Amino acid sequence: MRRTWRPGRWLIILPPLLFLVVFFLIPFAFAFKISFAEAAPHVPPFTDVISFTPDHRLRIAISLGNYRYLLTDEVYGLAYLYSLRTAFFSTLICLVLGYPMAYAIARSPKSTQGLLLLIIMLPFWTSFLLRVYALEGIIRDNGFLNTALLHLGLISHPLRIMRTSVAVYLGIIYSYLPFMVLPLFATLEKLDPTLLEAAADLGSTPWRAFLDITLPLSIPGVIAGSMLVFIPAVGEFVIPSLLGGPNTLMIGRVLWDEFFGNHDWPVAAAVAIAFLLLLAGPIAIYQYYNVRQLEA
Amino acid sequence: MERRPSIALLSVLFFGIALLYVPILVLIGYSFNASPLVNVWGGFSTAWYAQLLHNRQLLEAALLSLEVALAASTGAIVLGTLAAIALVRFARFPGRLLLTGMVNAPLVMPEVITGITQLLLFVSMVQLIGWPHRGLTTIVLSHITFCTAYVTITVQSRLQGADRSLEEAAQDLGATPTRAFVEITLPIIAPAIISSWLLCFTLSLDDLVISSFVAGPGASTLPMVIYSKVKLGVSPDINALASLIVCAVGVCIIGARWLTTLGERRRALEAQRPGH
Repeated sequence: MRRTWRPGRWLIILPPLLFLVVFFLIPFAFAFKISFAEAAPHVPPFTDVISFTPDHRLRIAISLGNYRYLLTDEVYGLAYLYSLRTAFFSTLICLVLGYPMAYAIARSPKSTQGLLLLIIMLPFWTSFLLRVYALEGIIRDNGFLNTALLHLGLISHPLRIMRTSVAVYLGIIYSYLPFMVLPLFATLEKLDPTLLEAAADLGSTPWRAFLDITLPLSIPGVIAGSMLVFIPAVGEFVIPSLLGGPNTLMIGRVLWDEFFGNHDWPVAAAVAIAFLLLLAGPIAIYQYYNVRQLEA
Repeated sequence: MERRPSIALLSVLFFGIALLYVPILVLIGYSFNASPLVNVWGGFSTAWYAQLLHNRQLLEAALLSLEVALAASTGAIVLGTLAAIALVRFARFPGRLLLTGMVNAPLVMPEVITGITQLLLFVSMVQLIGWPHRGLTTIVLSHITFCTAYVTITVQSRLQGADRSLEEAAQDLGATPTRAFVEITLPIIAPAIISSWLLCFTLSLDDLVISSFVAGPGASTLPMVIYSKVKLGVSPDINALASLIVCAVGVCIIGARWLTTLGERRRALEAQRPGH
């Protein structure tokens, strides 16, 4: 029988498992608990949900007020819908733009592939906040784009992009494009080119071959890339905050304002929990494909 | 079949690359503009860079960010590498599915959710056990959490590709499993560990949302200071700071990439050498 690593097994498994349970999983339990509390003017600024009375009896005080508030104040519903719609269409545009990019890289000679990947990866390593700020320099009313277009005489008035939905879309596409290209490239690169040759030999046009072979086989990459863009984009805060205006009310921003502006921690916790339930489906899909791809 | 992308594909690729790079290049251009107005070119100047050195608030925040990034990325490579070994080498153990889920979820979890849930944990922990107080400690702990995910994914894929027979041969020759792993497999996954350390370092240095939630009133990291300045409007010294950071990160990444390809090439050459 082959010797396996029995003795040290738990020394390896336990540190990351325990750390992530304590600092990633348990926080959701606390957020869930506090979403049933009420805001209170002390430190920390919320009431105890579970406490002991002076005569040592367990006291549970659950308030559904925060969730009722989320349902009645239409700001939250609108923000959820706006976030979902913005994330959905940005993901779609990222896919339409990113797919040909990934395909072009996958079909490039091996020697240039590394360089092209590095070029795509580099923005991913550079500061997200600073890149959003850099984009602001382009699309501002007196920014690079408007100055250039005015100089060329293509427009007579500066285009109003900042503080609109267009700016938020541009920001998400610009920031998340690498997340779409990389997983797409990973699946397209593994594609067996002999399949396409066979299709061509059998009289298939390149377009047909693409639709019948390449596209179906690259679905795992499409899903992985789309989830990597869609899920964080729904909760995006920096982009709507810096580029958007009063109308681009995304849920990440609402949560931020509830917390930092209104100092209402229980409502912010309730927004987070409701938001998480909304994202449970997409996250489960992402996990399922990820696990399958890793086990394959 | 020729392996060459069509003109149409290439033009989309270059359009995408231009989209990714033009804003940063324009920003670097702005940083040398003597005029504080963005749409007026006032001549070449490095004054904004000089001004950075006198901004105490920025320098202090930068120092805090560097401390956090150093601690978080080092902690994350330890935990992440252990998690990767567990997931690749141990086919079955209780909690395996849980660990897989917890390693993948932070990659897509919106930062506002992670930030607020972790803050509520820290606040509740202080009530229960009196630790950790908000500041450096809580920022590091929350950064380790999301960084561990990136390390695990990177090291995991490298470990999966590693040839296990060498390690088994070492064991057959009498090496303990730990020694066989350290001498044979660890050097193979070392580039993945180093590059994920670098990735964690930059991700930690860049994080705004999670840090803002867990930092508490006393501590401000560099992104928090940058955000509050940018929110108020254009500040030419931020252009200079941004250019510096972008260039430093770019040089580090290209350098790291160059070192790993160099190392791989040397290993490949050594493997080809007769009698090896």
